[in-house]
Amino acid sequence: MSRSNRRSFLKGAAAVGAAGLVPASKPAVAQEAGSARVSAPSAATRQAETGTPAVEVLTADRPGGDFMVDVLKSLGFEYVIANPGSSFRGLHESLINYGGNKNPEFITCCHEESSVAMAHGYSKIEGKPACVLAHGTVGLQHASMALYNAYCDRAPVYMIVGNSVDAASRRPGVEWDHSVQDAASMVRDFVKWDDLPASLQHFGESAVRAYKIAMTPPMMPVLLVADLDLQEDPHSEAWPRIPKLALARPPQGDSGSVAEVAKMLVDAENPVLIAGRVARTPAGIKALIELAETLQAPVIDQNDRMNFPSRHPLNQSSSRGLIAQADVIVGLELTDFWGTVNSFRDQLHKSSRRLTKQDAKLVSITTGDLYIKSNYQDFQRFPEVDVAIAADAEETLPALTEAVKKLLTADRKRAFQERGTKLAAAHQKALEAARVEASYAWDASPISTARLSAELWGQIKGKDWSLVSGAGGWPSRLWQFDQHHQHIGGSGGAGVGYGAPASLGAALANKKYGRLSVTIQNDGDLMYAPGVLWTSAHHKIPLLSVMHNNRAYHQEVMHIQRLANRHQRGIENAGIGTTLVDPNIDFAKVAQGMGIYAEGPILEAKNLGPAIKRALDVVAKGEPALVDVVTQPR
Amino acid sequence: MKTSLLVLTLAAAGFAQTPNAQNGKKLFERFGCYQCHQHEGQGAAATGPRLAPRPIPYANFTKYVRQPTGQMPPYTAKVVKDSDLADIYAFLQSRPEPPAVKDTPLLNQ
Repeated sequence: MSRSNRRSFLKGAAAVGAAGLVPASKPAVAQEAGSARVSAPSAATRQAETGTPAVEVLTADRPGGDFMVDVLKSLGFEYVIANPGSSFRGLHESLINYGGNKNPEFITCCHEESSVAMAHGYSKIEGKPACVLAHGTVGLQHASMALYNAYCDRAPVYMIVGNSVDAASRRPGVEWDHSVQDAASMVRDFVKWDDLPASLQHFGESAVRAYKIAMTPPMMPVLLVADLDLQEDPHSEAWPRIPKLALARPPQGDSGSVAEVAKMLVDAENPVLIAGRVARTPAGIKALIELAETLQAPVIDQNDRMNFPSRHPLNQSSSRGLIAQADVIVGLELTDFWGTVNSFRDQLHKSSRRLTKQDAKLVSITTGDLYIKSNYQDFQRFPEVDVAIAADAEETLPALTEAVKKLLTADRKRAFQERGTKLAAAHQKALEAARVEASYAWDASPISTARLSAELWGQIKGKDWSLVSGAGGWPSRLWQFDQHHQHIGGSGGAGVGYGAPASLGAALANKKYGRLSVTIQNDGDLMYAPGVLWTSAHHKIPLLSVMHNNRAYHQEVMHIQRLANRHQRGIENAGIGTTLVDPNIDFAKVAQGMGIYAEGPILEAKNLGPAIKRALDVVAKGEPALVDVVTQPR
Repeated sequence: MKTSLLVLTLAAAGFAQTPNAQNGKKLFERFGCYQCHQHEGQGAAATGPRLAPRPIPYANFTKYVRQPTGQMPPYTAKVVKDSDLADIYAFLQSRPEPPAVKDTPLLNQ
C-alpha cells in the first residue's frame, strides 16, 4: 500500500469500524503465511456512497511499530537500550504498550554512546546482541564512537535508528534537523551491514537478515533505519510474514590446512599458541585447553576474551620470551599478529625488530581474513604468515586437536610431557614473581593498583563473580580466571568512554544469573558519560564499581611527556590538558547524586578492604555501588 | 648500592653535596618519573620496570636515563641535571622494602 493510500485508509477505517480490520491483538508470527488482504473504502468513496460527511479520524490501531515489535520479539531480544528520540517515537510507544515492555524491556540511557556500549558489554556475556534505538542523526552521531569500538572488538550490536524519509510529512523545525537522506552513511565504514526498509515486509526481512549478519563471525554491529511513517502509520492488511532465522554456522578451517598445521605442531619442539578473541563461547575455552594439553604447549592469552584459565600450568601469558624461542607460532583470532611477533620502538626514529627466529613458522586462524574494510585501519600491519586459515578459531580448534591426536607417537608424547613439566614449573615461578612484584608499595598512598586488585580479589573469589571490564594488568596476574563470563576483554577500538557503560551492559546480562558483577573503573572513562550511573540505579542493575582513580588521562600524560623529552623542553607542562585535578573529582558524590551507594575517596590502603566489603553488601541486595579509590597511575 | 656508596661514587665524579632523598622525591614527581615507574618506583608491567628500593648501579642508571635503549623517553642534561639524578637515585634507595609475601595473606590467595 502506498503512503497516500495508507493516508486514505486512515480516514476510511474509522467509518468502516473495527469489524473490517484484522484483529489488532493478533501478533505477527514467524513462519506463518500471511492472511487475506483487507480492503477498506476511502473516506471520499464512503461519502459518495452514503452521503455521510467525512469525520477527521484522530486515532488508529495497528501502527507499523507493532509489527516491528513482533519482529524484535521473534529475534529474542531481552533489552532495547535507548535515549528517547522523536524519530522513533512510534517504535518506542509500540514497545512499551503493544509489547508490554518485556522481552524486550526498555532500558533508559542518558547518552547514545552509553546505549551502544551497554549493548557491546551485554553481548560479550550473553553471546547475542541487545537492540539499541537512536535518532538517525543526532543520536547516531553520539553513538558512532561506541559503534566503532564494537566493530573493532568484533561484537554484535543491533541498532535501529529513526528517520523521517518523506519530506512532505515532516513536522517543520526540529524534525527537519533530525532527518537525513542516508542516515547510515556516517557509520557505514564500521558497521557490517545496514538497510533502509521501505515497507513492513521489507523491515521484517531486513531485520532478520541484520541479526544473522551481526551474529556471523566476525561479529559486528548492524544498522537498520526505521522510517518514521512506517513506524506510525496504521496497517490495514495482515502483518507480513516474519522470516525464519537460521544463524550461519561459523566457518571451520579446511581439513587439508588443519592437517598441515597439526603436523607442524606435533613436529615442533617449541610451539606457542597465542589467543586473541578465540573463545566466543565457553566451548572455546574448553577447545583451547584440549589442544594445549594434547600438545603440552604454552598458551599466551592476550585477554581480548576469556580464552584460557589464568592458573592453568600451560598459561604462560607473562612469558613473552617464548615467542623468541618458538619454532611454530599459531595465532588464534589475533587483533594484531604483526605487533605480537615484532617489537616497535617509539623514539625519534621509529624502528621495529622481528622477535621470532628467522625460520619460525607462523600460522594464523582468524575470521579477520574473511571480512575487511578499507577506511578505518584497525586491521593493523600486514602479518607475514606461512599458513593463513580463513576460519573461525573456536570452530576449528576441535578438528585441529583431533588431527594432532592422530599424529601422536609414544616418542612425541614423552617429549610433550617433559615440555609440560617445565612449563608448569615456569608458570608457578611466574605466579610467585607476580606476587613479589605486587608487594612493592603495598601500603603506599595513593594506593597501588596491585593492592587494589588483591583487596578486591580477596572478597569476591568465593562467589560467582564476573569482572565486567578487561582483565589486563594485575587481575590477570593475581586472580584465578576459569569461566567464560569472568572477564569480557577490552573496548576494541580504545575509544575512551566504553568502560562504564560496557560494564553496566555486561552486569545487566549477568543479573538474571545472579552473578556478582565487578568492574575496575577508570576515572577519565567515567567522566565521558557518567549518566550511566543513573541508569544503573534506575534499573537496579547490581554492579560494584571500584574506581582506579589516578586523576589523569594517564596514557596521554605519558605521550606528552615523551614528546616534551624528545624536544628537550622539560615535562613540567605535561599535565596541561591531560590531568583531572583542580578540582579533584569526588566520584562518591557524583554517584550518590545519581542514586547510588558510594564511598570515597579512599586514600589509605588499610581503608580499602572494609569499604569494598560495605559496597558488596549493597550489591548483594541487587543494587549498584561505587568505591572511589585514589590510585597510583598504573 | 646504599647511599654511602652512592656518596663515594658521586664524590669520585666530582659532586660536592650529599644526595638529598627528600628533594629526589619531589624531582621524581616533577620530572614525571612516576608516570611510568609509579610514585614509589615500584614499576608497572605495561609502562616501566621497578626501580626501588634497589635500583641498578648508579652509572648504569644515569647512562640509561640519558640514552635509553628501549621505549623510555630520553632525559637529557638540559632537562634533568646530573645532581638532580643523584637526588632521584637517593630517593629510590630510600624506599622501604616490601612486606614478605608469605606474611601477606592477600598475596597468598
